[in-house]
Amino acid sequence: MKSIKIISVRIALLGFISIMLSNCERNLSGDVEFAKFPSNPEVFIDGFSGGLEYFPFGGSKPDAFSVDTDIRYSGTAAMRFDVPNVGDPAGAFAGAIFPDNGGRDLSGYDALTFWAKATQAATINEIGFGNDFGENKFMVTLNNMQISTAWTKYTIPIPDASQLVAERGMFWYAEGPENGNGYSFWIDDLKFERLGTVAQPRPAIFFGEDEVIETFVGTTINMTGLTQTFNLASGLNQTVSVSPAYFTFKSSDVDVARVNENGVISIVGRGTAEITAVLAGVRAQGSLTIQSLGAFVAAPTPTRNAANVISVFSDAYTNIPVDFYNGFFAPFQTTLGGADLTIGGDHIIRYTELNFVATEFKNPTINVSQMTHFHVDIQIPESIDPGDFISIELGDFGANAAFGGGDDSSGRVTFTNTALTRNTWISLDIPLAQFGLTSRNNLAQIFFISDATISTLLVDNMYFYK
Amino acid sequence: MNQQDQCKLQITNRIGLRFLAVCMLAVIISCSDYEQTVTTLDELVIQDEFNTNGAPNDAIWSYDIGTGNNGWGNNELQFYTNRKENVSVQNGYLLITARKESFQGSSYTSARLLTKGKFEQAYGRYEARIKLPWGQGIWPAFWMLGADIDTNPWPGAGEIDIMEFRGQDPTIVLGTVHGPGYSAGESISKSYTLKNDRFDTGFHVFGIEWAPDYVNFYVDDVLYNQITPADVPGEWVFDKPFYILLNLAVGGSFVGSPNSETVFPQTMLVDYVRVYK
Repeated sequence: MKSIKIISVRIALLGFISIMLSNCERNLSGDVEFAKFPSNPEVFIDGFSGGLEYFPFGGSKPDAFSVDTDIRYSGTAAMRFDVPNVGDPAGAFAGAIFPDNGGRDLSGYDALTFWAKATQAATINEIGFGNDFGENKFMVTLNNMQISTAWTKYTIPIPDASQLVAERGMFWYAEGPENGNGYSFWIDDLKFERLGTVAQPRPAIFFGEDEVIETFVGTTINMTGLTQTFNLASGLNQTVSVSPAYFTFKSSDVDVARVNENGVISIVGRGTAEITAVLAGVRAQGSLTIQSLGAFVAAPTPTRNAANVISVFSDAYTNIPVDFYNGFFAPFQTTLGGADLTIGGDHIIRYTELNFVATEFKNPTINVSQMTHFHVDIQIPESIDPGDFISIELGDFGANAAFGGGDDSSGRVTFTNTALTRNTWISLDIPLAQFGLTSRNNLAQIFFISDATISTLLVDNMYFYK
Repeated sequence: MNQQDQCKLQITNRIGLRFLAVCMLAVIISCSDYEQTVTTLDELVIQDEFNTNGAPNDAIWSYDIGTGNNGWGNNELQFYTNRKENVSVQNGYLLITARKESFQGSSYTSARLLTKGKFEQAYGRYEARIKLPWGQGIWPAFWMLGADIDTNPWPGAGEIDIMEFRGQDPTIVLGTVHGPGYSAGESISKSYTLKNDRFDTGFHVFGIEWAPDYVNFYVDDVLYNQITPADVPGEWVFDKPFYILLNLAVGGSFVGSPNSETVFPQTMLVDYVRVYK
């Protein structure tokens, strides 16, 4: 065998050299290899691997991390993390990144693995890699990792290793107190591995749901619920949250909507477009169908003198403090959304799956006893059928300025389908007397009620005036 | 020396060195092959390469249909059919597909193929190249039953499980024999675990070499167990013709039920079944 080996080596070298020579006279061949980043898989075995650094998060307990030579899984040392108690003046939580700012080529691995245990059973909020205090372009997070008092091996799969040719974020974590109490956990033999058993990828966007949204030109929507799930050798289906850059997004109609590599969807035209995604060649479960209603027509800008107005929600006035625009009353309420739509700088409330919803302002309540009218602009971007209605209800908390206590009063005004028009702003000016309140000194709530006859409702310019 | 010539031919670019390593490895492996005493069970008796699209070859295969007694004796959850949704030959593979669907009172459908009455043989080398399905409660198998089972009820007839697999353990297969006095929980069994790989991401060869005084179990080129009459605490019943079964069960006592994370449909792909004597 020895002689065969030597002959082969000579042949190989000859072939190699002749190729090199011929290449010198041509352009770069397809075989050219660019300089590679080191592929060191070790992050922390018994100490910091070469190039590894430690940066705590702002607001975290800066000395939460230490190297423990007493308690360790193997070798001579482990990473120790001391999560602070609630109220610890040193910091409210433990959290840090461990980057190698020289960058590493992790494309040959399929998971970050480590052994861990804690002083008590606990759930670590976030743990992963790809956080570099920069773009965090290829960030991966295992949420709510359950840890126990026994050393256990954990596997955080890499969603698509081919992307990680120059990765800086080797490891990161963030964890707060458990039920108000601090505790400690240890991590050892932290390294990237090629397990060969990380398989059956099932990426998802929007948590795997097929969502539909009606919107307007000029709006932007962030992709949410981006995950990758692998089946591990243990049979465990491990899901991690992943950053948008791992995905390739697609819009079925780029004249309606476009997605950039950061997962931000821009609505550019009227019509319908479906947003889908692929991760490492696998179609992600979930989609977003965008129904763009075209150019957005803003509600009429209020012109009343600010001195005669108490405004709850309007870009034209200074608004009172509002606790929420959608206090979700489980289990009866279905309404989603709130004051989360901004089109060209104009803030709008959008409710979907409306049955009823409340805007509440009890800190403090407001006195509208000197006001004569309630104004609101509403728009209904769907067909209006017989039986459809919108009721507007005002709630006053009475002398005690708090919910309950026998002094509350409320009253509503209803607009039936004949008073409503689709896809246009409807400006309502309702005399306060029509609500029949016993008191208007401690007003705290505005309800919109449709009992699901109308599903989507846009709201702007809610104010009281005289 | 042929291997050397091959090396020469392949070294035509910069990655020649890598080829060199592969070639030299090939030389080493083939050299040791020459020296090894290879099994003499190399005369092909029957083969199905699954090269004709449509239903499997009915000269070789028939089907068990329904739910058997008590889920084929194992509390299995599927209803076996011979519909193309559950069993078909496509593009060179036999596909046995387990589906989650309400069917004749069962919540899952799948298929079980057998050569009973069509091909039965004592002794020989039996192997199949299979890519396995995965997930909690998924239970594929390539196995054999004594052909006299109708007059000599299980476990008297004997059973050789060439390959069994729990979908929740994607790196582990089991090879087992059952007979009188050593069946079910007392069967003679051994598992084989793949290192840095798993059975649901690629094809693997599962086989036995069966002679009068032993059954050898192997995966790919690894012989991982030998069972002889001395290993069984009862009568050695592996001295008569057996027939072959291929099936994909869902649930049952061996694997437990599927859960909300089990992905359906699941397909077992069989590249070939070959029997030698």
